[in-house]
Amino acid sequence: MTEKFRLKGLGCAACAAKMEDAICKLDGVKSATVNFMTAKLTIEGEDEKMPAIIQEAERLIKKLEPDVVMKKA
Amino acid sequence: MKNRIYRIVLAAAVWLAGIIGNSIIKIMPGWMSFLLYLTSYVIIGRDIFLKAVRNIKNGNVFDENFLMSIAAIGAFIIGEYAEGAAVMLFYQTGEFFQDYAVDKSRKSIADLMDIRPEFANVKAGSELIEKDPEDVMPGDIILIKAGERVPLDGRVLEGSSLLDTSSLTGESVPREVQPGSEILSGCINLTGTLTVEVTREYGESTVSRILDLVENATDKKSGSERFITRFARYYTPVVVIIAVFLALIPPLVIKGAAFSDWFYRSLSFLVVACPCALVISVPLSFFGGIGGASSRGVLVKGGNYLEALAQVDGIVFDKTGTLTKGVFKIQDIQPTQHQGRTKEEILELSAYAEHFSNHPISLSLKEEYGREIDASRISEMEELPGHGVRAVVDGKVILAGNDKLMAENNIYYPPADAARTLVYVAVDGEYAGFIRIDDEIKEDSYKAIKDLKKVGIRKAVMLTGDRKSAAEKVSRELGLDQVFAELLPDGKLEKLEELLKESPPKSRLAFAGDGINDAPALTRADVGIAMGGLGSDAAIEAADIVLMTDEPSKIATAVRIAKKTLRIAWQNIYLAISIKVLVLLLSAFGITSLWAAIFADVGVTIIAVLNSLRALYVKNL
Repeated sequence: MTEKFRLKGLGCAACAAKMEDAICKLDGVKSATVNFMTAKLTIEGEDEKMPAIIQEAERLIKKLEPDVVMKKA
Repeated sequence: MKNRIYRIVLAAAVWLAGIIGNSIIKIMPGWMSFLLYLTSYVIIGRDIFLKAVRNIKNGNVFDENFLMSIAAIGAFIIGEYAEGAAVMLFYQTGEFFQDYAVDKSRKSIADLMDIRPEFANVKAGSELIEKDPEDVMPGDIILIKAGERVPLDGRVLEGSSLLDTSSLTGESVPREVQPGSEILSGCINLTGTLTVEVTREYGESTVSRILDLVENATDKKSGSERFITRFARYYTPVVVIIAVFLALIPPLVIKGAAFSDWFYRSLSFLVVACPCALVISVPLSFFGGIGGASSRGVLVKGGNYLEALAQVDGIVFDKTGTLTKGVFKIQDIQPTQHQGRTKEEILELSAYAEHFSNHPISLSLKEEYGREIDASRISEMEELPGHGVRAVVDGKVILAGNDKLMAENNIYYPPADAARTLVYVAVDGEYAGFIRIDDEIKEDSYKAIKDLKKVGIRKAVMLTGDRKSAAEKVSRELGLDQVFAELLPDGKLEKLEELLKESPPKSRLAFAGDGINDAPALTRADVGIAMGGLGSDAAIEAADIVLMTDEPSKIATAVRIAKKTLRIAWQNIYLAISIKVLVLLLSAFGITSLWAAIFADVGVTIIAVLNSLRALYVKNL
């Protein structure tokens, strides 16, 4: 399944690329894109692992850019 | 935002006071200018430094905050106070410009996409209820007053008006609508009040489909975007490692080399190691290009397609609906003498025979016939793709279709003017007459082919199921390079695949079409272009690029926008990499100062960002 999130306060393009990279490597993720221009995150992953993926993604994002707020779109 | 400007101005003023006092009029004692620089540094660099500390705690070492903090502190340690403070000052100025530009382009795209309708006036008996468009169902009757946005796709029942379609199509001339017209959500009703029957729910309506499309467009990254992120991933650590070696090794190896000299050089490396100029400017260019294209009525579904479009050198067109209007007009009906049927009878028979077919020709026959069809008179009906139809009407076997259909059924027919589309009609195995039909070429198609040649398209090809002579006539008039006629629906895909195989390895082939049966070809081509107004949903879904106005000349516009966007993106890549590498080389040999490094980072970012904003301006393309 695919889930979309808004990343409020995303300000650094290099960080966006790092987030994308890190989320892509999470267990159960088929694909992930961080769109810097629209400040949106799209994760496609295995259904049952999705809650864990989202939690982990949130943690990764906080780590890379602490001011970013991740909200379900 | 304002706060940031004040901080930058204040820090700059304090810093300038130091520079003037110490280096220009030289009256200020050293400790005083040191204090001024330090104040300036604290005003402007405090938050960067705090961010760096926080990020290190989180395990992020090579981020720009850290690099800039180290560079600035390093400069202070070796006594280059003015430069230390300047690193932060200019870095913040650059960030400010960058954020401003990103904000501005995010906004201009949002404005462009400001077509979301707020409400719909739904008729319930004699009352009007204001509802959220999402709660309105197909079949509901809505009222749209002058000045309001059309909330859902529908058909006009009562009233006539002018519609401003510019937000969907980029077309500035308003469109006239009257009862019976189909209208699209997102347009603005300009003059009269319209009563409209809703035909599609909000999620399926034009406006939400367009919004979805454009919002998701920049998710698909282009090759150059991927290149630059990959490059940045290695670039920063490599430069930082070289910086460390540069500070440590030469003073140990070279006799008489001062540590502070090499340390200073390595600071330049840290400043230049920031990847942001690169990473931001390329996606920003594509974002601008996609946004600019949608303002011209061309929806591009991703940066990768814009990139492919810039490399297209051949375009394959479907004929009907793409190059021609797709609306057939009956020009002439010629019954044979010896069967003695009238023109009306021939038309009636063919309209009945084609009753269950949705082929554009069938539709035009039924429209010309104009009367209600009594389906009980039809007892059998079979559609023969690429040939026509066979039906039993009033107990008589009717064949209506092209010459192939006649030949296959061994019916003698007089070959008529070859360059026309003809429907032959036979009754009970005997030829009864023909109907001549013409599909007009879109006026825009002439301009389209001319413009496409101008933008460097080498080959324009047309595929059609029509007869060869009719197709060749169109091809001659438009000046196409190649035409393949009399193709069965699946033959189009085969031909396209052949053409794909023939085309040189680096070039791209686009396919432009509008019908349901074009969907496989749209998917298969390097770039699929669908007509968004006339086109079927399946075609729009399958396509990579959608033309809202159905004008093929917009393909040339799209190619120009794509080329401009690509040019800007690569200019930015070359500019940023070459200046950074140049400054790295020069500072390794001690030829330049930290100033050049600051320019290589901040200056280049600003130039690249401003350059990418140009991609938004496509008015004259």
